[in-house]
Amino acid sequence: MVEVALWSSLRSFAGGNEKVEVEGETVGEILDALVKAHPGLEPHIESGVSVAIDGRIIFNSLSEPVGPDSEVVLLQQLKGG
Amino acid sequence: MIHVNTKINGDETEFLCDPRETMLDVLRDKLALTGAKEGCGTGDCGACSITVDGRLVCACLMLGAEADGREIGTVEGIATGEKLHVLQQKFLEHAALQCGICTPGILVATKALLEKHPDPTETQVRYWLAGNLCRCTGYDKIIRAVMDAAKDMREAA
Amino acid sequence: MALDGSKSEFKLVGTRPLRPDGIDKVTGRAKFGADAYAAGMLHGAIVRSPHAHAKIVKIDTTKAEAMKGVKAVVTRADFIDGLKGEMWNVLENVMAGDKALYDGHAVAAVCATSTLAARDAAKAIEVTYEILPHVTDVDKAMAKDAPVIREGAAAPGTPEGMHPNVVGYHESGHGDVDKGFAEADLVIEETFRTEATHQGYIEPHACLATMGNDGKGEVWCCTQGHFHVAKVCAALLGTDASQIRVTASEIGGGFGGKTAVFIEPVALALAKKANRPVKVVMSRSEVFRATGPTSSTSMDVKIGMKKDGTITAASGVFRLQGGAFPGAPASFTAMCAFAPYALENVKQIGWDVMSNRPKQAAYRAPGSPMAAFAVESVIDDLCKGLDLDPIDVRLKNASRQGTKASYGVTFDRIGLVETLEEAKAHPHYSAPLAEGAGRGISCGFWFNHGGETAVSLALAEDGTVSLSVGTPDIGGSRASMGQMAAEELGIPYEKIRTTIADTATLGYNEISHGSRVTYASGLATIEAARDTIRKLCARAAAKWKIDPEAVVWEDGCAKPSGPNAGEFEPMTLAKIASSMGRTGGPIVGHYEATPEGAGVSFATHIVDAEVDRETGSTRVTRYTVIQDAGKAIHPSYVEGQFQGGAAQGIGWALNEEYIYGEDGRLQNAGFLDYRIPVASDLPMIDTVIVEVPNPGHPYGVRGVGETSICPPLAAIANAVSNAVGIRMTELPISPPRILAALDGAK
Repeated sequence: MVEVALWSSLRSFAGGNEKVEVEGETVGEILDALVKAHPGLEPHIESGVSVAIDGRIIFNSLSEPVGPDSEVVLLQQLKGG
Repeated sequence: MIHVNTKINGDETEFLCDPRETMLDVLRDKLALTGAKEGCGTGDCGACSITVDGRLVCACLMLGAEADGREIGTVEGIATGEKLHVLQQKFLEHAALQCGICTPGILVATKALLEKHPDPTETQVRYWLAGNLCRCTGYDKIIRAVMDAAKDMREAA
Repeated sequence: MALDGSKSEFKLVGTRPLRPDGIDKVTGRAKFGADAYAAGMLHGAIVRSPHAHAKIVKIDTTKAEAMKGVKAVVTRADFIDGLKGEMWNVLENVMAGDKALYDGHAVAAVCATSTLAARDAAKAIEVTYEILPHVTDVDKAMAKDAPVIREGAAAPGTPEGMHPNVVGYHESGHGDVDKGFAEADLVIEETFRTEATHQGYIEPHACLATMGNDGKGEVWCCTQGHFHVAKVCAALLGTDASQIRVTASEIGGGFGGKTAVFIEPVALALAKKANRPVKVVMSRSEVFRATGPTSSTSMDVKIGMKKDGTITAASGVFRLQGGAFPGAPASFTAMCAFAPYALENVKQIGWDVMSNRPKQAAYRAPGSPMAAFAVESVIDDLCKGLDLDPIDVRLKNASRQGTKASYGVTFDRIGLVETLEEAKAHPHYSAPLAEGAGRGISCGFWFNHGGETAVSLALAEDGTVSLSVGTPDIGGSRASMGQMAAEELGIPYEKIRTTIADTATLGYNEISHGSRVTYASGLATIEAARDTIRKLCARAAAKWKIDPEAVVWEDGCAKPSGPNAGEFEPMTLAKIASSMGRTGGPIVGHYEATPEGAGVSFATHIVDAEVDRETGSTRVTRYTVIQDAGKAIHPSYVEGQFQGGAAQGIGWALNEEYIYGEDGRLQNAGFLDYRIPVASDLPMIDTVIVEVPNPGHPYGVRGVGETSICPPLAAIANAVSNAVGIRMTELPISPPRILAALDGAK
């Protein structure tokens, strides 16, 4: 299981939890598992999220590996100028 | 249409232009001299700087018809054959350009300055170039390149 | 050949070779957006709404169409129907549908045989408007009775019961801020406002387009992302992305503003209808009225501090006005706000709000500079209130490796502390100040970005290299790409020609944004060179009849890896390339990936400012930028990014602002009235490049373009506030605001 931290405004869609546990070995699998466990998260994830793994922000690569002890934080999607 | 006879970078040139066309439109659209750029069209940015009988002018503020009988200088005339002018060389060495859109105007303007005042202070260079906007560099490397070029030009003179 | 920033011995990286496009740019030869011409070319002009908010009742084009030289007119009806989501927003902005949403919104376009004929025809297009109430201020746009820009535009997660103009909400943080504030010896809370500013690139948007009725199109344009232009144009015109080939011209500045698409789909639609090439060039006033200013903001920041300088809690509410469409970077503003500090209790909220202004576009670290202005101002006031040194306090609270950032992640190797220590030791920080002058410092933070990237590197038979990258070169990136390729291959920098490939030649490349080019295209260039080296080594191995694993690449030559591999004369790149046609065919290395290791970056700025109490004008007299670059590939262009960011920040802090009249029209759509810093406004800008390697890049590179604009607003505001003895809470700190503050204090 991987522990995923949600930004505050997402928590109400995941039973009020700051962190949720899901199965997954890549960013893509974790996002799929989050939607499966908490369907209310789907529109947020569909409209774009970035995922930070151990401090590195993963902008779009779904194949990025995630370890069971990784720190995983969901962030609103990031773009720059 | 107005028939105009002029000299551009030393070459006899003639063209026809609409009375409303600016010198900048003529240079770019009629004569394929696209070195002068239109950044504003109102004389505020200096990207279209040219010289007219040796005097620094914004080509966007001059009508094409006014070129008749004058000598025009543009960025395309600064180098001699394949040999760069000292200013051009110094701009490269000092990395005095990032995007390069303001560079032609700034080169034309500084060349006009150094021909009149070979030994300007930093403040004089800054005020002379106050009509040439650069958004990339913060002017630091431009000013250094101009000061360095001026020094080389004085030593060579 | 590790991919972890561990390479530290370099031959070319860190030197300052001349840029490969330099001679073109000092002789006037370089071709920018408006410098392309085609046989039979027509000129386009766009009709724009003079109203801030109006229903479009009727567009009558008959007079214009009958004029001499006019070849085609297009309106919204000439674009595709049925788009959804962000593409619909882009189309709606490119060409208005039922309503004009801001002063300058495009409503129709025409092309004719000359620019004068096109402009005359544009004036002859008759648009009937029904004027609607408008709003251009962020706080007013959120209020109950504000005119509605559009119903149903709110993003998921926006709290219910808000005004329809409120279209996005972000909340994040950790700990218990109330508990933290209770532990503080001093708590300061303040409201700040910043006006919208424009990226102010000197080159207006320009493009040349052709399109046949077979759906095949060609576009030449100045853009930060030509692959993105192809994607957007195809979607808006209902054709396939691969049928639109886009070539990026030289680009005369972007700073985020040329990540958005405005005129290219219009030029294509005109070209298709007229069946001739069409060039569209914006005027400066069109650039100001219709392209990307940054958001204006209204922000509340509260910070608590102990007597020893420890920050016990911080909270902020950041309201961003993003124009007539969703997308203001409220979440960035919130997430960047407290990122420089290691905080136990922190909470940040961001609001994305629509108004009758042009759609905001990214501007250099979008959202971050404003946040820093608010946060760093409050920190400075706390330092004053508790009689503490501003650098010591920032050092005490600074984020380090292992800090849990305000936005949730745990920082890897970062260089904030190093920039602060450099600042403290810098002669500028201890230099005496002139009478009446003030000194300010500030830290700043930006994420940086990787993104989709493809690079190809082909050898020529004479041993020279053609390097193709897909990220437009805005500030000298062809030089740094050439250095990295030459470093890997072990050949002279001059033997490499770097080209920005068009969209038909290379795989998809994300826009040149997010300070990603030297990081991501650089990483891909290094990897493409390493791919080439593997192929070169394989050719040598085949000739020597040894295992390719037994061949190494050193100093531009294939060599046997050791005595056991056999004794062979090293083969140079040129030697292998000269026979490649007969030893297996052309040698091309390539790399395609979405690198995700862009390291975040921090900067600390020091500024001295003098205020003329008679006129209210401020002069920046000394400026020092200290920033972590990870590894500077070409230090001159890194310094240039530092200096440029500082100069733009000076403009934002002191002069630049969008001024709207009561009628909702932009009052200062020109460089005379929207005054960006000129040479005589600025001092030299000193730079210190700190190098704390980014573990996510083979050489340790971090992006540098954006972080440089994060600290200046706050640093200047702190300097001015120290000079006049009054906290300045609104940007720009223009003469009228200074005079009003001085009057108010009397």
